[in-house]
Amino acid sequence: MRRIGIDVGGTNTDAVLIEEGKVIRAVKAPTSEDVTTGILESLKGLGSTGALKDRKIDGVMIGTTHFINAVVQRRHLTKVGAIRLGMPATASLPPFCDWPDDLAALVRGGVWMVEGGHEYDGRPFMLLDEAAVLKAAEEMKAAGLKSVGISAIFSPLDPSHEKRAAELVAKVLPDASITCSSDLGRIGLLERENAGLLNAALADLARDTIAAFEKAIRDSGIEAPLFITQNDGTVAEASQARRLPVYSFASGATNSMRGAAYLSGLSDAMVVDVGGTTTDVGQLKHGFPREANSVVKVGGVRTLFRMPDLLSIGLGGGSHVQLDPLKVGPLSVGYRLLKEGIAFGGKQLTTTDIAVAAGVLDLGDKARVAHIDAATCKAVFAEAARMAEEAIDRMKTEAGDVPLIAVGGGAFLIPEKLAGVSQVIHVEHGDCANAVGAAIAQVSGECDQIFKDLTRVEALSTAQGIANDRAVAAGADRATLKTIESEDMPLAYLPGNSVRVRVRVVGDVAAS
Amino acid sequence: MPLRDITLDDIESLAVGAWVLGTGGGGSPYLGLLNMRALYKEGHRVQLMPASELEDDDWVAAVSNMGAPLVGQERLTDSRTIARAVDLMERHTGHRFRGIMALEIGGGNSIQPLMAAAHLKRPVIDADMMGRAYPEAQMTSVAVGDLTPCPLTTVDVRGLESVVEKVPTWKWMERVSRKICVEYGSIASTCKAPRTGAEVKKWGIHGTTTKAIAIGHAVREAQRRHEDPVAAILAVEPGKILFRGKVVDVERRATEGFLRGRTRFDGMDEDRGSSLEINFQNEWIVAWRDGKPIAMSPDLICVLDSVAGEAVGTETIRYGQRVTVIALPPPPVFLSEKGLQHVGPRAFGYDIDFKSVFA
Repeated sequence: MRRIGIDVGGTNTDAVLIEEGKVIRAVKAPTSEDVTTGILESLKGLGSTGALKDRKIDGVMIGTTHFINAVVQRRHLTKVGAIRLGMPATASLPPFCDWPDDLAALVRGGVWMVEGGHEYDGRPFMLLDEAAVLKAAEEMKAAGLKSVGISAIFSPLDPSHEKRAAELVAKVLPDASITCSSDLGRIGLLERENAGLLNAALADLARDTIAAFEKAIRDSGIEAPLFITQNDGTVAEASQARRLPVYSFASGATNSMRGAAYLSGLSDAMVVDVGGTTTDVGQLKHGFPREANSVVKVGGVRTLFRMPDLLSIGLGGGSHVQLDPLKVGPLSVGYRLLKEGIAFGGKQLTTTDIAVAAGVLDLGDKARVAHIDAATCKAVFAEAARMAEEAIDRMKTEAGDVPLIAVGGGAFLIPEKLAGVSQVIHVEHGDCANAVGAAIAQVSGECDQIFKDLTRVEALSTAQGIANDRAVAAGADRATLKTIESEDMPLAYLPGNSVRVRVRVVGDVAAS
Repeated sequence: MPLRDITLDDIESLAVGAWVLGTGGGGSPYLGLLNMRALYKEGHRVQLMPASELEDDDWVAAVSNMGAPLVGQERLTDSRTIARAVDLMERHTGHRFRGIMALEIGGGNSIQPLMAAAHLKRPVIDADMMGRAYPEAQMTSVAVGDLTPCPLTTVDVRGLESVVEKVPTWKWMERVSRKICVEYGSIASTCKAPRTGAEVKKWGIHGTTTKAIAIGHAVREAQRRHEDPVAAILAVEPGKILFRGKVVDVERRATEGFLRGRTRFDGMDEDRGSSLEINFQNEWIVAWRDGKPIAMSPDLICVLDSVAGEAVGTETIRYGQRVTVIALPPPPVFLSEKGLQHVGPRAFGYDIDFKSVFA
């Protein structure tokens, strides 16, 4: 198995070549404005040693922040027609009702609310008003809308109304990109619908970006399928990623965590990824990041779908250091470190300067930081350790000491001993853990549903079967499927011993 | 004191303060808040009326939503539904309501009367019947006062309407109305038994909307100024800090339609070395410090995020959260022997005598 993993970050585009489980080569190139130039450069870097010559590559896995940046920066977004199946319920809170005004103005192409949706126990809430869906589609056509988001009450339990509505819309608008909220899972109509609308708003950008990625790979002379890495540490085939770009929103942080697991050989551990400005803390369970179970805001929009549960704190290699009183971060010089840090001739004292003074890092000009004494260095490192300790403890799900893997360019801030940590592990290639994480990604399937009047064991095994089928549909090899998450939550107030079960399975990419 | 206008900023504060008074339950006020923002944008305004301004023979509607929070997250909340429950009660009884009050000021139900009031153009009465959130229908001041539990109207957003005309007790009302609610899809908007002005003046828990707004305002102001939000709450309410710590264990189970369980906290700062455990039934019920009960219903036990000052609920609390646990004084109506029968520790299955934090 030979794969290339690429992580397109805010500052650098990292690329690694992995062969039979070993990192053969790792390169960094500056991220370019158009994204693809950076990818081309990094692929060129990988190829420059002849490592790619005449070798079959099984896949190129790319992780990118391109899609989330488009939402945050309000760029390259497509107008969306929203269809909600839930009338007469929900009328007073129409689609886009809790979006920031500026983003809603860019994305809202029109709202159509019609009868449909289900009850929590699977009964229809109202019959689907097919005529109203067709009329909405005709009006969208007249308005020139080409991207459509469809949501329905309790569609994660029964997606049939959303799917039927999508068929009807496709009859009128055969070229439209259609997102059904049930494809994004999770109970919580507004948040699930919001994720669906954001997804629909990214339709054009996703199509163009993925076409550009494919071209960059071809232009590098590599013949291999493209995969895009997802928030949960798995990959999607290019065609699926084009359809569901929101699933790539947080893939950078996830890839770092997955890479950390891979490079350390641990599957259950805490991970700190120390960058230039922030430190992300997460928890690996069975080699995958634990997921957020609550609302995650993206560009000011409340969403609820598969995202890693991360805590970001303002601590990094570029963090400002203030000595009296002692304060580290959250301000940072970021990518200007090599100009503004004292060791590099600048004026701003940073954590990197402290590490240079202490002899931990060999960077810049040590003479410029010679005035910083050992006691000061010790105090700054202790403060950084305290900040990391608190963040790690907040992200743990149980008491007791756990191993910790430290990755990222600023990992020197993490000392060998921390409270609540059994062992701090620094790994080789830790500074490109994100690209490694991309290269080793797998395919997943998930089921999140309410079951009634089943035993706990029956409910779990039913959910498992659904998750397995979904993973195979997404491109996994059935023989390699493994359950990595299985939880059940009893539901207050619902009759019949209702239980909500969530199961997630992963497997290797099936050979094509 | 005459009627006063409730501003949208008051409602933003109410959503935060009601969540604190929810004592761990009551559901999120977020969807109610979104409805009120939409209504105010359309030009609706709501006024707040002190209970003392009621005439003895006025009629007052007491409203709440009942059902599974999860269903609410899918069907959302439509502000007109609760107004229809009130309208049905007026058609059924022939009374015209002077104003509308909350059944419970804790959680999402704090905003229900505002939504009904906006559509029906009546004032909100500044009172409720719990002073917080409680899980069951007999856990109210009017049940302590043995006022009649019926009739009750329930409506759903599709136009289903039911009236429970007669039941002998509040417990029967709980059972029958719960069945209707389940058939509707586990969510229903309800108008409880109409109350006279005299009854509200005698048995209502007064000033609770104002109190929730004040608590929420204190938290939001402290957040804006980067000050301690817990201290800000204690500056407006005569509460006591019980414990500062972090969550080290959460255990939940659903039984008889309730979320029961316990959460354990390890002490931090001056409480380092101690541990606290709180049992819950939807809401926080009894707090034990190092094995000894130190606070219990009807005292309000509020678990707050130590940094943000916002309430942490029993459904969402999780390991590692830094919290400050405070107690707020209970409505005096629950301190009588009869009151304690309804909401004291034994009403929740704890065989201990009630002892107030504020005694």
